[in-house]
Amino acid sequence: MNLRLDRSLLHRFGILLVLLAVGLGLSLATESFLTVSNLTNVARQVSINGILAVGVTFVLLTGGVDLSLGSVVALSGVVCATFAHPSADGHPLFLPVAAGLLTGAACGLVNGGLVTKGNVAPFIVTLGMMTVARGLALIVSGGRPVADMSERLTALAGDVGGVPIPLLFFAAVALAAWAFLRRFRLGRHVYAVGGNEQAARAAGISVGQVKLFVYVLCGLMAGLAGVVLAARITTGQPNAGVAYELDAIAAVVIGGTSLSGGIGSVAGTVLGVILIGVINNGLDLMSVSSYYQQVVKGVIIVGAVWLDRRQARG
Amino acid sequence: MLSLTGISKSFGRLPVLHEVSLAFNTGEVHALMGENGAGKSTLMKVIAGLHAPDGGSMRLKDAPFAPASPHAALLAGVAMIHQELMPIPDMTVGENILLGAEPCGPMGLVDRSAVRARARALLAELDCDLSPDAPMRTLSVGQTQVVEIAKALGRDADVLLMDEPTAALSDHEAAALFRAIARLKTKGVAVVYTTHKMDEVFRLADRITVLRDGRHVITAPARELDQERLIAHMVGRPMSEVFPPRGKASDEVVLEVDGLSRKGRFESVSFNIRKGEVLGLAGLMGAGRTEVASAVAGLVPASSGEMRLRGSPFRPQTPGEALAAGVAMVTEDRKGLGIVPALPIRENITLSALVTLCHGGLIDRTAEAEAARSGIRDFSIRASGLEQPVEQLSGGNQQKVLLARALLNRPEVVVLDEPTRGIDVGAKAEIYALIRRLTDEGRAVLLVSSELPEAIALSHRLLVLRQGKVAAALDASETTQEEVLRHAMPL
Repeated sequence: MNLRLDRSLLHRFGILLVLLAVGLGLSLATESFLTVSNLTNVARQVSINGILAVGVTFVLLTGGVDLSLGSVVALSGVVCATFAHPSADGHPLFLPVAAGLLTGAACGLVNGGLVTKGNVAPFIVTLGMMTVARGLALIVSGGRPVADMSERLTALAGDVGGVPIPLLFFAAVALAAWAFLRRFRLGRHVYAVGGNEQAARAAGISVGQVKLFVYVLCGLMAGLAGVVLAARITTGQPNAGVAYELDAIAAVVIGGTSLSGGIGSVAGTVLGVILIGVINNGLDLMSVSSYYQQVVKGVIIVGAVWLDRRQARG
Repeated sequence: MLSLTGISKSFGRLPVLHEVSLAFNTGEVHALMGENGAGKSTLMKVIAGLHAPDGGSMRLKDAPFAPASPHAALLAGVAMIHQELMPIPDMTVGENILLGAEPCGPMGLVDRSAVRARARALLAELDCDLSPDAPMRTLSVGQTQVVEIAKALGRDADVLLMDEPTAALSDHEAAALFRAIARLKTKGVAVVYTTHKMDEVFRLADRITVLRDGRHVITAPARELDQERLIAHMVGRPMSEVFPPRGKASDEVVLEVDGLSRKGRFESVSFNIRKGEVLGLAGLMGAGRTEVASAVAGLVPASSGEMRLRGSPFRPQTPGEALAAGVAMVTEDRKGLGIVPALPIRENITLSALVTLCHGGLIDRTAEAEAARSGIRDFSIRASGLEQPVEQLSGGNQQKVLLARALLNRPEVVVLDEPTRGIDVGAKAEIYALIRRLTDEGRAVLLVSSELPEAIALSHRLLVLRQGKVAAALDASETTQEEVLRHAMPL
C-alpha cells in the first residue's frame, strides 16, 4: 500500500460515503426511492450525463474544458433523427447511429484542431462551438423537432432483460475509458500533458496529438449521448441538451478530477454521475419545486467538492 | 532572534526532519548544509509557514511563532526566497517585486510610479539595472532570481531564508547578492542560507549547521570548520570531491553540427562529438549554451544549419523526434520542463520510453515496474517506493529521476544541461561516475555546466561560447579556468 493509493481510496471513499448517506436519507424519506422501477429510472436518466462525463473527463485531465457538449448533443440528435426517418434510404439503425457519432466527432475535431493548431484557449473555442452547434442544430431541423424515427433506432432507449440499454452504453464506455487511462500509453500521456505540458513535450510526447485525441473522443461521446437522447425522446430536438456540459463537468469535478488537469479518474467520475443523478431523482420524488431543485443541486455540488478537498488535505 | 525546538516533519511514511533544534541570531549569516534529502529545504519551509511541523515549536523574538501560512510568516517578519522560482510571468518586474505589498493611494488604487521607484531602488541595492517595467516573462533564470531576492529585501524581514539563491546566478550577480547580504547583516537581519557551493559558504557564513537524514549533526562557527571536515559531516564519512578520470573516447564521430544558428540566440555553431566523448559547453550565462543544447535535442529547433547523426541528416523539430533518433536531454529547468509533479516516480521514469514498454499501445506493467525499479536502483533514488509522487522528492532525487528517464531509451547522444545544479556533493559524485559510465558504454555526452572545475574535469574537449558564437575549442586536459574565462568574457 502506498501514499497515492491511500489518498485516492480515501478520496473515492469520501464520495461513496456522501452517496450512501444521500441514498439512505432518500430511502427513509420516501417510499418510492428504493424500488426497482425507480432505480432503473435513475440508471436510465444518469446514462446520458454519464457518457458525457466520461468523455469530458479526458479533456479535463489534459487541463482543457469542453463547453460545447450540450449543443453537440442536440446537433448529433437532430442529424441522427434525420437519417432515422422511416422514408430515409440506408440501414435504419447503422446509418443514423453512424451519422450521429460522426457529427459529434467532427465537432470535437474542430474543437481540438483550433485548440492545438490555432492555439486558442479551450474555453473560447468550445464556447464558440456551443453557439455554432446549436445554430447548426436549428438550421438542420428547420427549428422544429425531427419526429418520425424508425423503431429500430428508438429501441436503443429500451431494455435488454430489464436493463436499460443506455445504461449498458454508459457502463461500456466507462469501463473502456477506465482501462484505457490506466493501462494504455495514450492514457498515460493524457495525465502527463495535464500534469506538466512542457515536461510532457520535452519527454518526447506529441502534446498536440494527445489534445486532439481527447477533444475528438469527447465529441464522439457527445454524439453517442445525442443518439441515445434522440432515441429516448423519439425526436431530434434542436433545443435539447441545454447546460448538459455543466452537469457533466460537475460530475467529473465531484469525482475528484482537478480542473487544472493531471489528477483524476474515471471511477471518480462514475460516482459523481450517480451522485448527481440520485440527487435529481430524490428532489423529484420529494416533489421539491424545480425552482428550489436548482438551488439545492448547486449547493450540494459545491458542498460535495468542498468536503472532498478538505478530506484530501487531511 | 529565532529558535527552533524539536522540529519534526514527515511526508507520508517518510520522515524528513527528526527533532531538529537550532537558533538563528540577529545580524548573522547561518548556512544550512547537507546532502539532498537531508531536510534543509523542508526545514526552511517549516520556518516560512509552507509546511506545518508534526512536532516541536518555534519562538520568534521571544514570542511563540507558528505561522499558518507563508503570508502569516511574512507578516511576522520571516521572508523566504525559494529554490524553485515562483514569478508571475505576465506581470512586470516591479509588480512582481512589490506583489502583495503594493504602495497604494486612497481607495486601494495602486500608485504605479511609486511601485516603479521602489522597485528600482531595491534592484539598485542589488546592483542590478533591470527595468522595473520589463515583463517578467522575458527574464533569464538568473535575472528572475535577482528579482526574487529584491522582493524579499523589500519586505524588511527580520529573518530572511534563502534556499540556494546563487544556484543560477552568474558570478557578477552572485557578488551583488553577497554585498546585499552584508548590508542585511549590518541591519540586524538573521540570514539563513543553503548552498552547495563550498567556497561560498566559507566566504559568507558566520555559523554553519549540518543536517543529515533529517537530523541535526553539528552547529559550529564557520572559522572552526574547513571544507574537508564539513563534507565529512555532511556525508557521514570522510570523502573528498573526486572527479573520475576521463574515459577513452573513440575516433568515431556520432554527431556532427555544422553552422547551427537561431536568430538572436546563437550563430554558426559547429562541432562534432565522438563515441565515448564528453564535449563541454562553457560560457557565461546568456552565452547561448542552453539554447545550443536545446536545438540539438529538438526542444527549440535551430533556424538554420546542418546536423548529422551517424552520417544521416538529423533535423529534430520536436524532442520526440530527437529521442526517436537517439538523442536525449536532461534540461536545467527541472520543474518547468522535467518532472510531472503529481505522477508517481514509476510513471515519471518511464514517460519517454513507454513505446518500448508497450504491446500495441497497452502498457506492460511488469516490464514498466521493472524498468522503474532498476532506475531507482541504478541512480540511487531515495524514495519511499515506486508509487511516491515525484513532487515529494528533494531536488536532487528529482534530478536522478529525470536522468533515469533520459537514459531508459539508451540514447547514443546524451545532452546534460547543468546536471548537478542544486545538488549536494554526494549526489554530484554519483552523477560524475554516471557520466563516466555513459562514455564507457560508448555514448556521447554534450555537457553544459556553469561550474568550471566540473566542466574542465569531466570533458575531453571544451567549446567556449561567447555571445552566441564559438569563441574557442579547447583541449580540456590542458586548459585552465583562467583560459576558459578569458575566452568567455565579452570583448
